[in-house]
Amino acid sequence: MNKQSNIYTIIYIIVLVVLVGTALAATSLALKGRQQENIDADKMNQILAAALITPSEGETVADFNRYITEQYVINAQGERIEGAKAFDVNVANEIKEPADRRQLPVYVCTTLDGSRKYILPVYGAGLWGPIWGYVAFNSDGSTIYGAYFAHQGETPGLGAEIEKPAFSDQFKGKQVIKDGRFRPIAVVKAGQQPLDGEDYVDGISGGTITSKGVGSMLDNCLVPYRKFLQSLSDQQTPNTSESWQKR
Amino acid sequence: MAEKIKNTDVLFNPLSKNNPVVVQVLGICSVLAVTAKLEPAIVMGISVIAVLAFANVIISLIRNTIPTNIRIIVQLVVVAGLVVIVDQVLKAYAYSASKQLSVFIGLIITNCILMGRLEAFAMGNRPWPSFLDGVGNGLGYAIILVIVGFFRELFGSGTLLGYHVIPQWCYDNGYVNNGLMILPPMALIVVACIIWVQRSVNKDLQED
Repeated sequence: MNKQSNIYTIIYIIVLVVLVGTALAATSLALKGRQQENIDADKMNQILAAALITPSEGETVADFNRYITEQYVINAQGERIEGAKAFDVNVANEIKEPADRRQLPVYVCTTLDGSRKYILPVYGAGLWGPIWGYVAFNSDGSTIYGAYFAHQGETPGLGAEIEKPAFSDQFKGKQVIKDGRFRPIAVVKAGQQPLDGEDYVDGISGGTITSKGVGSMLDNCLVPYRKFLQSLSDQQTPNTSESWQKR
Repeated sequence: MAEKIKNTDVLFNPLSKNNPVVVQVLGICSVLAVTAKLEPAIVMGISVIAVLAFANVIISLIRNTIPTNIRIIVQLVVVAGLVVIVDQVLKAYAYSASKQLSVFIGLIITNCILMGRLEAFAMGNRPWPSFLDGVGNGLGYAIILVIVGFFRELFGSGTLLGYHVIPQWCYDNGYVNNGLMILPPMALIVVACIIWVQRSVNKDLQED
């Protein structure tokens, strides 16, 4: 057989590609279940991280089901959307919609001392790629209990520092509702502060664009929750909200 | 007996005298990218060993049937298929490592070491020596990756495989992690230092 003929070459490459394609399809099908489990477990880890819970190795799903006692989807009016599951909402797609048409997931976490934390997802853009995170609010709807941020490819040592606790821990205790006005936390250059008295955290030196990205991500993603958080805040008795202000 | 010695040479030469990274200076791009921490460097090294060994064997098995004018395409198809399989396996069984390596597993396809070994060795040798050649060159690559990753993580983050190894009293007395080690240029500089050390040990590698 002439191995240099056109017909041989064409048949050869067709057979090869079909074989390789079959092998790839088989691998993908065989591993798909496990991969999806990993992706889900990773997301659960991130959500729990915002509520300052670190699941033990291999116990992520069990811990998630134990701590996250309720999850639902709301719209910008703060009304629940029936039949939608918070975990299945793709936040990356939702932020492309105008704020009043978005599906807004809410995860309710009941911590060991019985208090309820409301975990809200955020998603935005850093310098090189997407950044995202989860912010946990106390039941007063204003005070941040914890935050978690992650990124796809920010500069190591600079923008990538947003995933470190040194950055996200700054958010603890900050308030988004002050004097009856709703303002998501600002991220500013270290040593500066916003002019209008908004609560703020220090950005990362050398990671300016990523820091700004976090700030605008919080603006963009938390503002649609305003009515929801405001209603949580209104449910609180005046006493407790006063005690928060005194702190 | 003569063939046995040759086989061990095939396996061990790439570790030092003919190292793909520090002597042939191939595959530098991934050395830059994945060595800021030790763990991804190790996973990347193992992945390259696996892909290189199996690609070498497969190409060696079908070497006599490959039409000459599409041999590069055939090699690429085989390598690409293997790399995607490795990527899928990592996503299923080593998710956190695969998250750190992200696109660089996919970029093994374009790693010059692979095409170099397939074209230079597997196309002209039987499967078993080709397998050894693949493992040897993969190991040679992995060793450099691990050395670079070791130094960059140790001095850049003060940790090894995520565990703190620089004791706290060093920090208390003013020791600071060298942030420059985490940035890509330091990978090149560390590789250059390895090349320097290796050439001063092996005089026959020195050029005039």
